[in-house]
Amino acid sequence: MKISPSKIISLLFFIFSGFYLYTAHQIHVFTFDENAAFNAKTFPIYLGYAGLIFSALYVVLPETRPSNVDLTVLDYKKTITLVILMILYGLTILRVGYFLSTSIFLVLSYIVLGERKWLWIFLLSFPFVAMFMYLLHGLLNIYLRDPFLQYIGVMG
Amino acid sequence: MIEGILIGLETAFSLKNLMMVMIGCFAGTIIGMLPGLGPMTAIALMIPITYGFEPSTGLILMAGVYYGAVFGGSTSSILINAPGIPGTVATSFDGYPMAQQGKAGKALAIAAYSSFAGGTIAAIFLLIAAPSLSKVSLAFRSPDYFGLMILGLTAVSAFSAKGHFLKAMMMVVLGLMLASVGQDTLSDIPRFTFQNMNLSDGISFVLVVMATFAMSEALTIIFKANDPTRVAKQISLSQLGSIKLDKNETKKMVTTIPRSSVLGFIIGVLPGAGSTIASFLAYGMERNFVNDEEKQKFGKGSVNGLAAPETANNAACSGSFVPLLTLGIPGSGTTAVMLGALLGFGIQPGPRLYQTNPEIFWSVIMSMYIGMVILLILNLPLIPYIARVLATPRSFLIPLILFFSVTGIYLMSFNNFDIYMMIGIAVVATVLRLYDFPMPPLILAFVLGGLMEENLRRSLLISDGSWSFLWDRPLTIVIMLTIFFIVGWQIYKSFFKKN
Repeated sequence: MKISPSKIISLLFFIFSGFYLYTAHQIHVFTFDENAAFNAKTFPIYLGYAGLIFSALYVVLPETRPSNVDLTVLDYKKTITLVILMILYGLTILRVGYFLSTSIFLVLSYIVLGERKWLWIFLLSFPFVAMFMYLLHGLLNIYLRDPFLQYIGVMG
Repeated sequence: MIEGILIGLETAFSLKNLMMVMIGCFAGTIIGMLPGLGPMTAIALMIPITYGFEPSTGLILMAGVYYGAVFGGSTSSILINAPGIPGTVATSFDGYPMAQQGKAGKALAIAAYSSFAGGTIAAIFLLIAAPSLSKVSLAFRSPDYFGLMILGLTAVSAFSAKGHFLKAMMMVVLGLMLASVGQDTLSDIPRFTFQNMNLSDGISFVLVVMATFAMSEALTIIFKANDPTRVAKQISLSQLGSIKLDKNETKKMVTTIPRSSVLGFIIGVLPGAGSTIASFLAYGMERNFVNDEEKQKFGKGSVNGLAAPETANNAACSGSFVPLLTLGIPGSGTTAVMLGALLGFGIQPGPRLYQTNPEIFWSVIMSMYIGMVILLILNLPLIPYIARVLATPRSFLIPLILFFSVTGIYLMSFNNFDIYMMIGIAVVATVLRLYDFPMPPLILAFVLGGLMEENLRRSLLISDGSWSFLWDRPLTIVIMLTIFFIVGWQIYKSFFKKN
């Protein structure tokens, strides 16, 4: 028996709703609120049941308009690489600093997406980020943590 | 009302706000022109920029972006047959054939004039309708609001689902679930935080919008091999032809614009319908109104066929502000994003906004009109140059969108946790989009989650835990019956209607 991806997603949502409902029941409310008509867990409990009902209906009922996705034409390599680059960007943005991590993220992303115009790659990374930082930090007074620029003495 | 209009004019005509409308229209046009990026993404990208602004200035900027994005969407529809937003799909039916006939400049001019006229007429309707509706909506009680929110969510799901109503309803529930994370507003009891301090304040609205729209759209463009920008070479973007219209073309537009404006505005006011439905309905209606000779031209470069959807989608944009400003309930995904931004500014839209913050209420309405004028006088002559944005390689575009998204959330929280959460939500949203799980219902639900719980709390406490509040008042009954009608219609459409 072949099950469609949409039904698998709905099944996962059913499990998620079940977990959500269980967690909603675990919310500790004040003793005097326990039997109130509405307390902190009332709405989440309703939501949990709604999630279970809608996802169960989707799994059980026949699909009238199945989503046809040709998985062979999807570009997994570039997408996954970009996601990994974003995770690394998130990891380094506080430790290394905004300027270097953002510039390197942009350079690598351009290259991953097949760009080879090196002048544009350079212009739209280091100078672009420097200008953007000046706009935020210099003109709009928005604090940007940057240990690297502080270390080399560019930023106070 | 006159006093309010004057306050609005004074606020909207300040140098700073005029600049904001201009920047907004310009930025919106460029973003809206890029296939895949619509007004929601454009507004989402603007939210971090508006943090330091006064609420009226921030809203004026976003309103400008909204109109600019709708106009930009028409440009890509006409020039490369790749509608930037669903609301401009109908524009491509006659706009693109016209461009193929070497009349791209003319098509863009018709789109610009129609947008201007549609937006202007609708802004006048809004001017008249909004204050009266504000007074009427003061009669609404918590059960009515709760019912209206369910109605809004059901309607948006019904219209945006394209036959996948249950999927849209799952997205509604997911949006409400995400909104429930964090401390309970009344009792401060932590919910779904799993003892993580980063979750105690809940999930940021900007984070969810950026992840589900800007970031997820960027990832989807890369993920899907069939990129619509590949057809960009079909029309020369540097030779668009004359933008002057002859007498006959003007005459055709004069008859089309008023009826499409009225239709667009009414559709825009209805929760969930929005500019997409308005433009398709206007296109269909116009086809029935014209003579047989003109009817034959539909789909082959008809002036009426282009003017009607363009007028209607802009009129619908203005119309969609009516429920937002008067009831505090957004009728579309885009106005939901704007509601989130308003709440971020500490402003609660609703019937009292008209009295408590008249400068915001009126300046937004006034800036809509100014936005229309600016779009016409600024964008039309610049179109040949702006159109070159369409040639921007996605290898540069996508990383820049991702960079703006991450920066937006980083500037808000200065922690890695939010960035990781945004990436996680964006990846999940990308997969969900792939299988037609719509995102607008999720955003609308996320924005309305807190308000919905609050109104349900009040209603249940007043009725001592009984759900009878849903049928105690005639107004609530009408709202509930409308919800049942929408749900029933969706069930009928899904399982019983063959075509």
